[in-house]
Amino acid sequence: MDPARKRTARLVVALTAAVLLAGALIYTSFSAGDPSVSPSRLASSAVPGKSYQVTGKVADWQKSGSVQHFVLHDRKGSGSVPVVYNGPVPDPFRNGREVIITVRKDGGAFVGEKDSLITKCPSKYNNKATPS
Amino acid sequence: MDSATLGRACLILALGTALYGVGSGVYAGRTQDRDWAASARRAVYALSALATIAFLLLELAFLRSDFSFATVASHSSTTTPTLYKAAAAWSSQEGSLLLWLWLLSLWSSLVLYLTRHRMRDVTPYATAVLCVFGAFFAGLLVFLASPFDTLASVPSDGTGLSPLLRHPAMMIHPPMLYSGYTLFTVPFAFAVAALLVRRVDAEWITATRRFALAAWFFLGIGIVLGARWSYSELGWGGYWAWDPVENASLLPWLTGTAFLHSLMIQERRGMLKIWNASLILATGTLAIMGTFLVRSGILDSIHAFGASTLGTPFVVFIAVLICGSIGLVVMRRDTLRSENRLDSLLSREAVFIANNLVLVGLAFVTFWGTFFPLISEAVTGTKSAVGPPWFDRYTVPLGLALVLLSGIGPVIAWRRATAVNARRNFVAPALGSVAVVALLAVVTDAASRPKALGMFFCAAFVFITVGQEFARGVRARRAMAGGSIPGAFVSMIGRNRRRYGGYIAHVGFATVLVGVAASSAFQHAKDVQLLPGQTARNGGYSFHYVRATSRVVTSAGRLERMEFGAVIRVSKQGRYVATLRPNRGYYPVNSSFAPISSAFDGEATSEVGLKAGLTRDLWIAVQPDLTPLRTYIAGQEQKIVGVMQGVVQKFPNVNTAVMQTVVGRFVAQRRAAVFAEVDRRYVANTPAASFRVIVSPMVMWIWIGAIITFGGGLIAMWPAPDGVRRRARGRYAARVAKELGRA
Repeated sequence: MDPARKRTARLVVALTAAVLLAGALIYTSFSAGDPSVSPSRLASSAVPGKSYQVTGKVADWQKSGSVQHFVLHDRKGSGSVPVVYNGPVPDPFRNGREVIITVRKDGGAFVGEKDSLITKCPSKYNNKATPS
Repeated sequence: MDSATLGRACLILALGTALYGVGSGVYAGRTQDRDWAASARRAVYALSALATIAFLLLELAFLRSDFSFATVASHSSTTTPTLYKAAAAWSSQEGSLLLWLWLLSLWSSLVLYLTRHRMRDVTPYATAVLCVFGAFFAGLLVFLASPFDTLASVPSDGTGLSPLLRHPAMMIHPPMLYSGYTLFTVPFAFAVAALLVRRVDAEWITATRRFALAAWFFLGIGIVLGARWSYSELGWGGYWAWDPVENASLLPWLTGTAFLHSLMIQERRGMLKIWNASLILATGTLAIMGTFLVRSGILDSIHAFGASTLGTPFVVFIAVLICGSIGLVVMRRDTLRSENRLDSLLSREAVFIANNLVLVGLAFVTFWGTFFPLISEAVTGTKSAVGPPWFDRYTVPLGLALVLLSGIGPVIAWRRATAVNARRNFVAPALGSVAVVALLAVVTDAASRPKALGMFFCAAFVFITVGQEFARGVRARRAMAGGSIPGAFVSMIGRNRRRYGGYIAHVGFATVLVGVAASSAFQHAKDVQLLPGQTARNGGYSFHYVRATSRVVTSAGRLERMEFGAVIRVSKQGRYVATLRPNRGYYPVNSSFAPISSAFDGEATSEVGLKAGLTRDLWIAVQPDLTPLRTYIAGQEQKIVGVMQGVVQKFPNVNTAVMQTVVGRFVAQRRAAVFAEVDRRYVANTPAASFRVIVSPMVMWIWIGAIITFGGGLIAMWPAPDGVRRRARGRYAARVAKELGRA
């Protein structure tokens, strides 16, 4: 094959592969992604059995054996949902801390998926004290 | 002049100096005036001196616990150990930005000093670009995030460094990451300058190659230290979670690794000029993006972000970098044409290109997954997030391909591989790898995890190809110069550090991924609740909860933390293996209203029990149940607060300071007594504690592999001996002469 045609063929193959990979990436990300919602949105629109990633502030944390019960509040706003999570909580977990958790609606409560609880680490660049 | 004022003055002068460096660098570039070029270079030296003074002033404030500095009051305390006080400087937003500026100015000074007699057309513009970075960060420090803000009312103690950060790895993790980020700005600046003056040969690459390698080295160490910290400190037993903040540091490392490979093609064959320029411009931009991501709060991450005013300046700066980079490459596309064509798909050039595509593919996957919440919200109106399984779906096959290519690349011939070359280099490694995999499939249960088995095959291939290359090199060296095998080995590496350093890095990287594959595929993790005397079984091991532990840790006479833990005896088939002592420390918060319970209301951190080994790690974290103690604590607290209020009401005319001293002493005595009782009660009547128990094979090889990888990087970075360097210069001069002849 003449070198110019060979190069074109290679380019076409490479671009096709790249397009296919990018297509797969885009398709799977949209189909595999869990909706990321606030507690108030979760409370108003959750469909039973579907997974949601919810971010909110912890309140009323109670522990019963290895089962954790807590309420997630909106960062800003008044919406909240009750969450039940079975398993140990991360070190920074406590009332007032922001967490991300994947939950499914089960009756009136939201059940956290195993190992999906992420508590935001307060280590990064917190606000300093108010200067003079 | 007090130190805060001096620090502020240094930052204002640093901003002015950086702006002067931009102006004088551009003027020197346009006029080719050597005096102005030297002046711009000296501006960078001055910038580094000013940033050094400012950084030292901030460090001194932390070490002296000078709580008149707002940032010291927020991030340190008298009970913070001295070494962590020093590290606390960069745990704050302002301190970390100052660290960025300081490191940037140091590396910029170094590269401009080393190139002061070279590339006189390129360096003035490179100086200007480096000063643009300096001016940006100095501007943030002067106008938006000053580390030298002071408090009107100076507190007697500070908030303290977050206990989670009190780990040796965390002391050096940020400086390593920032060294990596700032070092990547050096080749970025030279690439921009080379494109501006249309000098697109490989000299800018040669001049900054070591800086790119050092950036890769430091950023990589920073990433590994972060992983190690996560594994041993965060109490979840993992080392990588595909969190946006982790991904932010991985992105420039991936594109930087691609650049380090593809630049060899440009140096040797004059190819991939557009690719190399684009890669390093993308890497520099990603380094800034990484710095921005951890401050912005635009993505949901394990890290919480304080409300920050830095988002807009960063977004504008990144937009300028992206638009400028794309515009520059497009405008110079004619001068960036390759001097040679790819001769064959079976050549080292083709393998390097494939390696680059895989690395950029990994970077793209990481980028897409990280920013997917923003992308999905823009496209569908609903924010969605992808988790580790999505990342694994793409990164595992790409990782397998990368390791395989890192075995093929070093031994395949340049330009075109022949059948003889293929037989000579690949038959033994391929057969050896098949044998290794077959053995693993028979002896272990690796066959049940095909992805892990695939990684073992690819890694075995790398070990054998690289081993084969070393063996051939040693034989050739001994044939030429004689001597012992170790002597020939050392001499061979010393004479060709770049090549053999690269080979060692490949072996280390394959080792890291073997550790990752084994520990991910064959990990046994279990969450259990145990009372003292009970036993949990996991991964063939028995974990026996012998007894509970408790202690009060004080520092400088003040409560530092309360610790509750467990003694766990691990055995296998009745044979003693190890004793693990996990515990959880509860740090206090300052509260005069809750003098006892406040001792438990601060951060809590796990100290995991870890028995690390070459074949497996035994890892255990404990979460004690303090609920039964809370009732006792609440009762005692009520009594103490009642006494305090009674005293204050009974003696209303007593001087406030005297009253505070008296009450303070009383509270301190009562607290000590209550804590001692809490200690005793927890050990005597221990409630069931929650444990996470993990048996994870070959985690140790991740850390060993990282040491090998970065050891290889260090060898490749180390300057060659004089003789070798002279020969390399000779070869380079010949190449320049050839190119001039062409022109």
